[in-house]
Amino acid sequence: MKGFLLSLRSEFFKSRKTLGFWAAIIMPFAICVLVCWGMYSESERIIKTPALNGMLMWRMYSGAILNVMGFLLPFFIILVAYSVNGIEHKADTWKTLFSLPISKWSVYAAKYFYTMLMIVMCLALFLILTIVTGNLLGMLKPQMKFTEFHMEGALAMVYLKLFLSSLGILSIQFLLSLVWSDFLKPMGIGFIATIGGMICSAMRLTYAYLIPYSHPMMALESLGLRRKKDVKMQMEFYVDLFTKELYVGLVTAVVVFIAGYYIVQRKSVK
Amino acid sequence: MVIETNNLTFNFGNQTVVKSLSLQVPAGSIYGFLGPNGAGKTTTIKLLLNLLQTQQGDIKIFGMDFAHNRRDILSQVGSLIEQPAIYGHLTGRENLINRALLLQVPEGRVDEMLALVKLTHAAAKKASNYSLGMKQRLGIALALLSDPKLLMLDEPTNGLDPNGIIEIRELLVRLVRDHGKTVFISSHLLAEIEKMATHVGIINFGEMLFQGPIKDLQSISQPMVQIETDNNVDAANLLTRSGYKVIDVKDECLNVAFESKQSTAKINTLLNQNGYEVYSIHKVQKDLENLFLDITKAPAK
Repeated sequence: MKGFLLSLRSEFFKSRKTLGFWAAIIMPFAICVLVCWGMYSESERIIKTPALNGMLMWRMYSGAILNVMGFLLPFFIILVAYSVNGIEHKADTWKTLFSLPISKWSVYAAKYFYTMLMIVMCLALFLILTIVTGNLLGMLKPQMKFTEFHMEGALAMVYLKLFLSSLGILSIQFLLSLVWSDFLKPMGIGFIATIGGMICSAMRLTYAYLIPYSHPMMALESLGLRRKKDVKMQMEFYVDLFTKELYVGLVTAVVVFIAGYYIVQRKSVK
Repeated sequence: MVIETNNLTFNFGNQTVVKSLSLQVPAGSIYGFLGPNGAGKTTTIKLLLNLLQTQQGDIKIFGMDFAHNRRDILSQVGSLIEQPAIYGHLTGRENLINRALLLQVPEGRVDEMLALVKLTHAAAKKASNYSLGMKQRLGIALALLSDPKLLMLDEPTNGLDPNGIIEIRELLVRLVRDHGKTVFISSHLLAEIEKMATHVGIINFGEMLFQGPIKDLQSISQPMVQIETDNNVDAANLLTRSGYKVIDVKDECLNVAFESKQSTAKINTLLNQNGYEVYSIHKVQKDLENLFLDITKAPAK
């Protein structure tokens, strides 16, 4: 455990000056600020929408962010997974890492866990910034009725589902980036698989749930609307968290993660 | 023995890179691991660091094997393999801090190491902007950071200027003499190793050709009589006809196997009696550089 924590600290120390790390921070800021600015500049037109209410506004606003982010998430995972392993490929430091008095398991698990933390950080920032910028719009333009409705809980559930749905892709991309030093290989495979996954998801193919790369898109569709239980005539958003594609993604993540460790253990550092 | 291998063999596909290697590195020695490029030195070092999985034979470091004592062994070893492994986007100091963090070494040691390898002035500079020599020195600082008992250095003076080479040599000698460390250093240059090593292992085509104290290497060198005459070629023919073993004939001199002082005197007399002018005649020992070349030129079995 000590080796794991030391490796985790080292991962942060090494990566804090890399593109992968800053992408996890800049991307949520850039997307949320752009969508917020877009909504604000179009506010006069939006206000005139018939039957406008806070629920619709939040759905429209969070949907705009989620759609952009859901599309970018697999590519972000590809970038981050390569970034964490690419540092070692570029500096030729695998030989150093594996000749330290730290178990290979600790080094491997810390790298994986750190990549996962970057995704968590990115998604958490998206969640926080969606809520903050939505409320900011409500303050700047009260006519948009953002303050009338709250969907923080449902948004948190969507982002949680997005995170869990991304773990299958993470394990696969992490392993590919670990094995190949050439960025084009994991990037190429990930890109094709992501496009394929999106098409399968969009076409609602029967077995799309078996493809981890289609899971983030499927997660976005899980945000539904229902009548509140105790309060008449009030609606709420809900997320069906534990769907079959989520289980497929989690099983894929665990199996590939363990397989990756055995590959690392047997890997000779040439 | 600090390092001991027994019949260590390693194959890359069908090619045997290390053949039945039995290393014996005594404690407190500077062991020069010599061989031409591609002889199997780096592969051996990677096997010794458990970076490559042992296929045949066994390895003992500090009397322990990797199967049960990997962490214990590696906590006492500092290494530098091939070109130094340095994160180019971090500064020299950050590279050391990162390693100190992993090895749980106090940060104060980082500044000591920077001073030791004379990189204090460039500590805040990005490592990608370092010259090859500076990178090499940083690599050595990284290897020394945990104050290991055993240092394994693969061609550590690559890219260093003559001053840098002398500094590293003096540093290694000091570490062994004053701090009781053991240094295992590979090189393809005997001249470099000759100046500091106490023990030598010569490897070629993966096979150990010689191993022992450096003075033993000197002693297996065959002494010769070097003769300078007015006609070296004819003099060589005369000596051959007279039963002497002529080793080589050059424009400036000829070399005959040394037998005894008396035999040398007889050669001189024989040449004089046959009308050759002998400008000089003296016993010479083949230098280590030539000896190394002779040993490593032997064809693979």
